[in-house]
Amino acid sequence: MQLYLPIAEVSVSAFLLLGLGGIVGFLSGMFGVGGGFLITPLLFFIGIPPAVAVATGANQVVASSISGVLAQVRRKGVDFQMGGVLLAGGIVGSAIGVWVFRLMTAAGQVDLFIQLSYVFFLGLIGAMMLRESLASMWRARVPGAPVRRSHVHSWAHRLPLKMKFRASGLYISVIPPAIIGALVGFLAAIMGVGGGFIMVPAMIYLLGMPTRVVIGTSLFQIIFVTAFTTVMHAVSSQTVDMLLALLLILGGVIGAQIGTQVGARLKAEQLRVLLSLLVLAVSIRIAVDLLVTPSELYSVAPGVLP
Amino acid sequence: MIRAFVLLLAFAGTAVAQESIVSGLSQNRVSITADFDGSEILVYGAVRRDAPPPEGGPLAVIVTVEGPETPVVVRRKGRVAGIWVNKDEVQIDSAPSFYAVVTTGPLEQILSDTENLRYGITIERVIRAIGITAEADRSGEFILALLRVRTNEDRFRLLEGRVELTDETLFRADVVLPANLIEGTYTVRLFLLRDKKVVAHQERLIGVRKVGLERFIFNLAQERPLIYGLLSLALAAVAGWGASALFRLMRG
Repeated sequence: MQLYLPIAEVSVSAFLLLGLGGIVGFLSGMFGVGGGFLITPLLFFIGIPPAVAVATGANQVVASSISGVLAQVRRKGVDFQMGGVLLAGGIVGSAIGVWVFRLMTAAGQVDLFIQLSYVFFLGLIGAMMLRESLASMWRARVPGAPVRRSHVHSWAHRLPLKMKFRASGLYISVIPPAIIGALVGFLAAIMGVGGGFIMVPAMIYLLGMPTRVVIGTSLFQIIFVTAFTTVMHAVSSQTVDMLLALLLILGGVIGAQIGTQVGARLKAEQLRVLLSLLVLAVSIRIAVDLLVTPSELYSVAPGVLP
Repeated sequence: MIRAFVLLLAFAGTAVAQESIVSGLSQNRVSITADFDGSEILVYGAVRRDAPPPEGGPLAVIVTVEGPETPVVVRRKGRVAGIWVNKDEVQIDSAPSFYAVVTTGPLEQILSDTENLRYGITIERVIRAIGITAEADRSGEFILALLRVRTNEDRFRLLEGRVELTDETLFRADVVLPANLIEGTYTVRLFLLRDKKVVAHQERLIGVRKVGLERFIFNLAQERPLIYGLLSLALAAVAGWGASALFRLMRG
């Protein structure tokens, strides 16, 4: 069934959109990532104009994150205190990111900038996660091997403004999570994503949060970051396509529920290996686009009147 | 001076014209609904003569359909430090979003270059005539690229020999409008030609409009962007919560 999208002004198959939403929702529920880094390139690929894809992708991520976070709340997988601190930092970082994004747009190289950020950050984080999770799987197989301690006292424990994060079982300063929130918010605004794929490893490796609360807390703060992005895009460029979002959401929320169930059955290490492979695959895909000679050197984009 | 000359030419043209066009369209309004999947326009007409057909070559008909014009940027990728990036760009002030040329026969046999220049019939002429300004000297290959890209997207079409002409009097042409149509006024032009010269021409308009849900969503997005944005969020929240609740219900 073909459907004409009122804002994107293209006609696409409704089932294709439901399917795309479903796949991305599944991954988002399983890994606790918003799925923005998947949905946006996929929408480009099926011919949705880039500006509409970025804005509508953010709207879809809101829905799949809400669906995922509710499932996490019920199993007490959300640290609301930590989420609040991350979010406070995130809003500051996001505001700075939007400003830098505008500078890059004016310079005319925003596409390249986004692609390079994707390749660099996805590649770096994917490789780091893969290495770490493979190593911990290896340790689990060999009995008697040294086990990584979950509470390592580091510089983070000597900073002021300490706060008790009950759900995470941490008593640390609010400064590191606020800075991490700000960095992720900054990258999220630049790359047009929720930032879960950066947030999840940051929470595990930098803050030492237990894996049990990482996914829910990440989803919790992604909801607000992407909600902010959606409204910004709707107001400044009118590029949110409600009909496109509705179909992606319908597929996405169902996928997210299934993904959360599947994710709960897998071991944390397996989950991390899979997520790191997915992140690496997207990174390599974009890198290939940059390196291989394109079949058409020219591209046509809507212009502005001088 | 030049304008006066053109006016004179045009006047002379009508003075000697013994043939004129009577035409119709199967529809002069296209409504874009949610399930819009392209549309077919039938352009039909007849040649009216006050006298027997004049001497000279056989009659030819060209029908063009042109969508709303928008400014575009054509970018060319180049290799910088091993990666492909957009290096050069040319701004084109105005290029049609859709352009179809339907003819009775091969263009070079029925249309002369001067007439093409004068009336702007082929797509190359349309873009050249209105589009390029300052960067004219290095824009040639960028225009070719624009033509190639839009032709591959099925936005630009040349359909030679697809106007049916019966007894040098009745003609019809079917023009398929694609599904990725944009809103606006589409111009249909009809040309009668003899000996590669235009002997009569006519212009008709087709209004392409979003209707129903499409219209509502589009207007809301444009006129009340904040409400629209919040509504999109509410939709996402309700759908997200609804699916979660539904699954919990199903599971027990």
